[in-house]
Amino acid sequence: MKKLRLRFSRSQLCLPYAVFLILFVIVPLIVILYYAFTNGQGHFTFDNFKSFFTNANTIGTLLYSLYLAAVTTIICLLIAYPTAYLLARSGFKKQYVLLMLFIAPMWINFTLRITALKEVLSVLEGNLSDFPFLNSVIGLTYDFLPFMILPLYTSFLKLDKSLLEAASDLGANKFFVFLQVTLPLSVPGIVSGVTMVLLPSMTNCVVLEMLYNKTYIPGSLIDSYFKAFDWNRGSMISIVLLIIIFIVTLVTNRFSDKDGERRTIL
Amino acid sequence: MKKALSCVWLAIVLLLIYIPIIIIAVYSFTDAKMVGGSIGGVSLDNYATLFKNEGLRDMIIGTVILALGSALISTILATLGALGAHYSKRVPKALIDIANRVPVVNADVVTGFSLCVLLIIILGISKDSYIPLVIGHVVLCTPFVYLSIIPKLKQLDNNLYEAALDLGATPAQALFKIVLPQLIPGIISGFMLAVTLSLDDYFITTYTKPATFNTISTYVYNATKGNQTEVKTALWALSTLIFLIVVIFVVVTNVLSMKKEKNKREKIS
Repeated sequence: MKKLRLRFSRSQLCLPYAVFLILFVIVPLIVILYYAFTNGQGHFTFDNFKSFFTNANTIGTLLYSLYLAAVTTIICLLIAYPTAYLLARSGFKKQYVLLMLFIAPMWINFTLRITALKEVLSVLEGNLSDFPFLNSVIGLTYDFLPFMILPLYTSFLKLDKSLLEAASDLGANKFFVFLQVTLPLSVPGIVSGVTMVLLPSMTNCVVLEMLYNKTYIPGSLIDSYFKAFDWNRGSMISIVLLIIIFIVTLVTNRFSDKDGERRTIL
Repeated sequence: MKKALSCVWLAIVLLLIYIPIIIIAVYSFTDAKMVGGSIGGVSLDNYATLFKNEGLRDMIIGTVILALGSALISTILATLGALGAHYSKRVPKALIDIANRVPVVNADVVTGFSLCVLLIIILGISKDSYIPLVIGHVVLCTPFVYLSIIPKLKQLDNNLYEAALDLGATPAQALFKIVLPQLIPGIISGFMLAVTLSLDDYFITTYTKPATFNTISTYVYNATKGNQTEVKTALWALSTLIFLIVVIFVVVTNVLSMKKEKNKREKIS
């Protein structure tokens, strides 16, 4: 902490936030790390770790949620990519208002939106539990679509028009301009959209439970351990999720905006 | 032709997004008990229930107070933090940036669970004191406010602060009268973001809230499990009301920004 005390008094302004971060962000992580490797009596053990990787239920849950999240992310991308492209590039007069139309539902509480979706789906399908996977994907896509549209829209907006013109002047047809210029330049947008959809849809069990899905994802596992007061196994799952999130963040950091800029210069 | 095609695509996506919301809005003005069920006639009963039913009313007021309160605390913390970090040396700034990123990328379930274990299980703070709930929401919101202030600080002209000092201002005066006003847009958008995040949160709330307290998310989740039709249809009204507020907000901010631009253009010409 001594390092924060510099000669300027201005830098000390961050002390409250630094203390807050240590107390309520760093310490909780250390606490669940401790809980994950101890048993109910506080003895050090690898049992939670072992039971996580040998229990077919937990591993199955993890794989299922990865599968579900991947399908959701791909569908979100397939819908959001052309939408964001058209919004940013078609030269509509009130472009911004149109964009707001697409992301405004984001401000309605997600549980209310899912309730509305559920009503419509039950009229269409009759019995919701007949199509658990389909309903989960629809629900998650409905919930997270704005989070995919927004970063893609920004990356299309930043796209330098002269590059597109240069490509077509040099003889590329429209398809090749898209493939060789537009698509590579939108990679940062795709990556940040994917992170904003993939990770939350792996853990948001509320959407699934509201749509009468009985299949579990890690979020619901943590929830069930929480309700059973099993802090140790709940912590173990949290740690596994944290590691997955950490890996995804590391991978996506390599494609962040700076990288995109570098590629533009090259 | 191309424009027509793109219009069709955008219209289809918009339709898919809005069909559930609009159907619920239409049904909220009728006495129907379920979507697709028989409609007896137009009625405002659902809206009346929203204000008469004590549980619903308390829940709405509680959610709003919690959102505004935690957004306010988050904004103050983040503003101080961002200012301090901006003027700190590289290492402490990097450390704060990294710690700040943790709740942003972390899953809400994990954040909520870990806070619950620390505050309630280890430290033994009672959930009924609302302290864990408020801390949870502040942990959720502050990093995003911090992230929306930092870019504004980077654009800042450092000479202005120095000039203020040269002209006799104390460092505190220079900070509050020169630096802070320039950060206002970032602070306001951060505050708005914090309110939205707090309103939309489910996981941190369930893990830290007192048993008798509910926010919209936890209330709706519990209500869809039971069969209380009165509450269920009143929630349609709530969703419609929120939607109307959002629409009005979007329209007003658009009109205001257009007016501003017009004024600017007139001034230039």
